[in-house]
Amino acid sequence: MLKFFAKRFGILLFTLLVVSFLVFLTFEFSPTDIARSALGQFATDKQLELYRIEHCLQWPFLHRYLSWLGLAPNCAGEINGIFQGYFGYSYQYRTDVDVFIWDRLGNSAVLALVAFAVIAPLSIILGVAAGMREGSTLDRLVSLFSTITTSVPEFGTGAILLTIFVVWLKVLPGTAPLEDSGGWSIASQMVLPVATLTAYYLGYLVRMVRASMVEVMTRPYIRTAVLKGLTFQAVVIKHAMRNALITPFTAILLQLNFLFTSVVVVEAVFGFPGFGRMLVQASLRGDVATVEAASLFAVLVVVISQVMGDFVYMLLNPRIRFA
Amino acid sequence: MSAPTSATSGGKKAKSQVGWWATIRLLRESPAGMVGAGIVVFWCLVAIFAPLLAPYAPNANQFDVGPVASPSFQHWLGTDDQARDILSRIIFGSRIVLTIAPLATLCAYVVGCLIGLLAGYYRGWVDTLLMQVCNIILSFPVLILYVIIMVKFGPSALNIIAAVTFVASPQVARLVRSQTLELREREYVAAAKMRGESAWYIMLVEILPNARGPLIVDACLRTGYTAITIGLLGFLGVGLRPPDPDWGGMIKDTYGFLLGGQVHMALAPAFALSSLVVGFSLLADGLREISLRD
Repeated sequence: MLKFFAKRFGILLFTLLVVSFLVFLTFEFSPTDIARSALGQFATDKQLELYRIEHCLQWPFLHRYLSWLGLAPNCAGEINGIFQGYFGYSYQYRTDVDVFIWDRLGNSAVLALVAFAVIAPLSIILGVAAGMREGSTLDRLVSLFSTITTSVPEFGTGAILLTIFVVWLKVLPGTAPLEDSGGWSIASQMVLPVATLTAYYLGYLVRMVRASMVEVMTRPYIRTAVLKGLTFQAVVIKHAMRNALITPFTAILLQLNFLFTSVVVVEAVFGFPGFGRMLVQASLRGDVATVEAASLFAVLVVVISQVMGDFVYMLLNPRIRFA
Repeated sequence: MSAPTSATSGGKKAKSQVGWWATIRLLRESPAGMVGAGIVVFWCLVAIFAPLLAPYAPNANQFDVGPVASPSFQHWLGTDDQARDILSRIIFGSRIVLTIAPLATLCAYVVGCLIGLLAGYYRGWVDTLLMQVCNIILSFPVLILYVIIMVKFGPSALNIIAAVTFVASPQVARLVRSQTLELREREYVAAAKMRGESAWYIMLVEILPNARGPLIVDACLRTGYTAITIGLLGFLGVGLRPPDPDWGGMIKDTYGFLLGGQVHMALAPAFALSSLVVGFSLLADGLREISLRD
């Protein structure tokens, strides 16, 4: 087991390194002039030149990457980089990245977790209900519903929900700045973003649970349980569900990657102050330190959840050994 | 197209013409698949005959009704904030989506099939190396990749295709690899090796056509999701350049009016895009259903 974690940890570090290098590299090919976007369009050539020297933008690419990593002296002449826990300087916000990034990450995490808390039980209930009798009316309805909700993009769902609940019914606020605005509570601001995320994400998981449930229901041990004289309810809950949830459980963790995407979009739709919007703006302005920090966090969460998924899968399924 | 008769009896070569018709006949038995096929065909026809169907030029300003006009008999879906006829823009927008989405999916499939075939056929260090690269790309949050690629290389159709290829080909590669690992043990592969066929011949002529069943279902689904991606990039403001009508961009441009009560401008393209993706998804469901039937 120790070997399993050691190997995964190694892969995680390698992935983070490769990703951070690739992000740095793409910014190298960027048409965005950092000095220009930091100082504005009225800055003189002299000012731009001074800014570049002050922030060491004229250094060769590899040197800047290494100093960002903390393996080479940075602009101030000291070794202080990601290995020392310093995320770098944001050209866009004119301050260190860790001053503002925790708030943004926290907001996004709250959004994702609340959505997750709604999605997980709901998808299990719907998926099991649909999959326990394949081809039934309920199954067909749930399948159709999940196909449609998953096919409507988040901004489409957002537009429809906004139209119904904000414009027509006027029962919910249309934006979620997470501060007191127009007398709407924070909880009410969270409703539509969470609903949008749920709508998009739920269908996929329902299909996973359903497919797994359908497969389990054809197994011999289910037939045995039925022939033993157990009620259908007992068969489903005690025998089928436990086995049917192994695959979707790991799928839930493996799909966190895509939940991230949805979170970014939902943040854009509802003006939610999360890390996704920050990231889009930062990449538009060539703010490499912010993009690096946000990407690394995203990769970290994704890879750790994948390792957890693999781990739990092995715990739940004794046939698969640690490798 | 997946012919269920030959998909299961792997060894036989595809009877292509018969296979196509068999698939279409079988699809009739799946109502969801028929609805999906209907929606996709509808949008394809709209895209092909766009100049005949659209009542106005997509970028022309309709000064008779002015901007932000509600739906009326002259302008069935109203006009947008720049007084352009929304119906015409949606009709012409279908051309963009239905060109870029299938092209991007095709590119992702060419790259993904090559990677998957090589990894699954040769196994060993080739497999380890290729899959490790794929895993790195896969663990990268997709949208961040899209945004970085689009922002860094500029908004254009070619860059959207490149971005989608980069992001989707590892996923395709995984699917192709798992199929290849299974199919390479079949008798007809052994027979081809015995005949002295080259590795490329075996991969492209023996293995790939026999793996097509799940690939077609996935490609169908993926085309739909690529349409979402195109819309998404447009919505985030890093998609295609204005003024040409792009559904995602249309939603973004008029989103601000939504809270003011002018909902038709954002809802119309949202419904257009959603219906197209629902069509592809239902079609994929139908194809999956009939391929599982026997």
